[in-house]
Amino acid sequence: MNANEILFENVSRFYGDVLGVNRVNLAIPPGITSLVGPNGSGKTTLMNLMTGLLRPTQGRISVLGVAPDDPEHLFRFVGYCTQFDSFPRGMTGYQFIYSYLRLHGKTHAEADEGTWRAIERVKLTDAAPRKIAGYSKGMRQRIKLAQAISHDPRVLVLDEPLNGLDPLVRAETIALFRSLAEAGLHVIISSHILHEVDAISDQVILLSSGYVVAEGQIHGVRTEVEDHPMQILIRCDRPSALASRIFELDTVVEARVHNDGKGLLVRTRDPDRFYLMLNRLVVDGVDLQSIAPADDDVNSVYEYLIGPDGGSI
Amino acid sequence: MNPNSWSLWRAQVAAILRLEIKKNFLARRGLWIYLLAAAPAVLMWSHALLNLRDHRVCDLGHDNLIFATMFQFFYLRLAVFFGCVGVFLKLFRGEMLEKSLHYYLLAPVRRDVLLVGKYLAGVLTTSIIFCTGTALTLAAVLVHVPRAQAEQYLFGAGGLGHVFTYIATAALACVGYGGVFLLLGFLFSNPVVPVVLVLLWEAANPFLPQLLKRLSVIFYLQSLIPVTVPAQGDFAFLAILATPVPAYLAVFSLLLIAAAGLWLGTRQVRKLEINYGTD
Repeated sequence: MNANEILFENVSRFYGDVLGVNRVNLAIPPGITSLVGPNGSGKTTLMNLMTGLLRPTQGRISVLGVAPDDPEHLFRFVGYCTQFDSFPRGMTGYQFIYSYLRLHGKTHAEADEGTWRAIERVKLTDAAPRKIAGYSKGMRQRIKLAQAISHDPRVLVLDEPLNGLDPLVRAETIALFRSLAEAGLHVIISSHILHEVDAISDQVILLSSGYVVAEGQIHGVRTEVEDHPMQILIRCDRPSALASRIFELDTVVEARVHNDGKGLLVRTRDPDRFYLMLNRLVVDGVDLQSIAPADDDVNSVYEYLIGPDGGSI
Repeated sequence: MNPNSWSLWRAQVAAILRLEIKKNFLARRGLWIYLLAAAPAVLMWSHALLNLRDHRVCDLGHDNLIFATMFQFFYLRLAVFFGCVGVFLKLFRGEMLEKSLHYYLLAPVRRDVLLVGKYLAGVLTTSIIFCTGTALTLAAVLVHVPRAQAEQYLFGAGGLGHVFTYIATAALACVGYGGVFLLLGFLFSNPVVPVVLVLLWEAANPFLPQLLKRLSVIFYLQSLIPVTVPAQGDFAFLAILATPVPAYLAVFSLLLIAAAGLWLGTRQVRKLEINYGTD
């Protein structure tokens, strides 16, 4: 059993006759891993399974070598920011974290110190003495995040953590995730905001209807999608002239002038070979400004693998 | 701290007690429990104050009998019963409905430690409420009889023992019914029907054969009550002819019922999943 990975071995979970997730095999390393998929694809089920809130119908899970049905050990190093937007009645933000730390067995002084440290990290110091019932959606999200990080976990599971946050706080929160990942934590995030997933993830897990359809670093996943040739955008001043030469390359499937007339969109089945051969195509008088993949992102991979009709995410 | 150490478990139970007791006492939805607990005291104090105002002297023996009847037939069978329904069913089932139980399940707390913590919080809450109600009612019985008569009863005729026994019986009722309703909260997503069945079973206790009588909480509680309601007179229609068991056996049986409820509860709580959407 690997003590530095989160492992799913042939894990299935059914809700009666309804499929939650099916035959999931995963090995999640440290860093930021994003779970991406439409509603009902099994993201939350996977998170609840790895934190023991649900039990697998079959298969085995281990989180850094600990089984999720062992909460007294698991939650010493796992923090979970759930999507449940309900809190124990009558609590202030401070009490919410403080009581959680007392449940860890910490003394008053330790819990008090840990509570303020966590609250300061999510910038809720002023609101901490107020009742959570009066918090905005974004503040509730942040106090849940503070709870999840309050005991300095090694694994952080975050279900839609950016929901309800304004752009500034969103940027700060993403920076916090990055710093935690750089410190060696496993940060598992589910999010429906694909461009943010793209920006922050070290690896992604794409889910559809309870199945893992792809996993790994986004570039690697994109390369494996052979049904959709890679799109490359070449920015230049004379795209038509470049297009006429580019069709000489046998790896090119399609080339068309970009809508703004200042570039060429090329589809190729072998991008590495295309880059090499492009160097040999010296087009006199064409000023090449940039060459970059145009669909090497989560959004495109999601659309290719799950489809635009895969459901709302 | 070692995750399997007694000192950690004690600290965790204390943390659960702090959270739960505050929640139980301050819950607005639990106001009716206070009203149930206070009803006999309000009645008895009204009677006492009216008598004091009018300088009427009451018969302590008669008032004691009224109290014993009220304690057996209203307090134990209805007030404590429904009070425990209100508190113990909510410990897990209520938090599932409020979608807040995951707060505990995301902490490094053994599920059985959580169960024990919540149960103790329920017992403490209900015991404080109903023992206080019992004490206040007894105080009203004694406050409007001549002081010498009250002192004679308390210190010469075993009255102090009666007071202690009534209060202890109220607490033991919370212990016994608590174990039953904690378990029902796990076993049934809608516990109304099972609660009604338990109520009917407890009510039918006087008419059951001796062996079946023992499969109830009220049988053991009645075995502890110091004043027996006579089968003749004003309250004859409420009198129950049952052979009581010795006090030590009654207490042991009530603790056994609670322990059985807790033991079966631990089996349920270990299997508990958070699935608010479908629960």
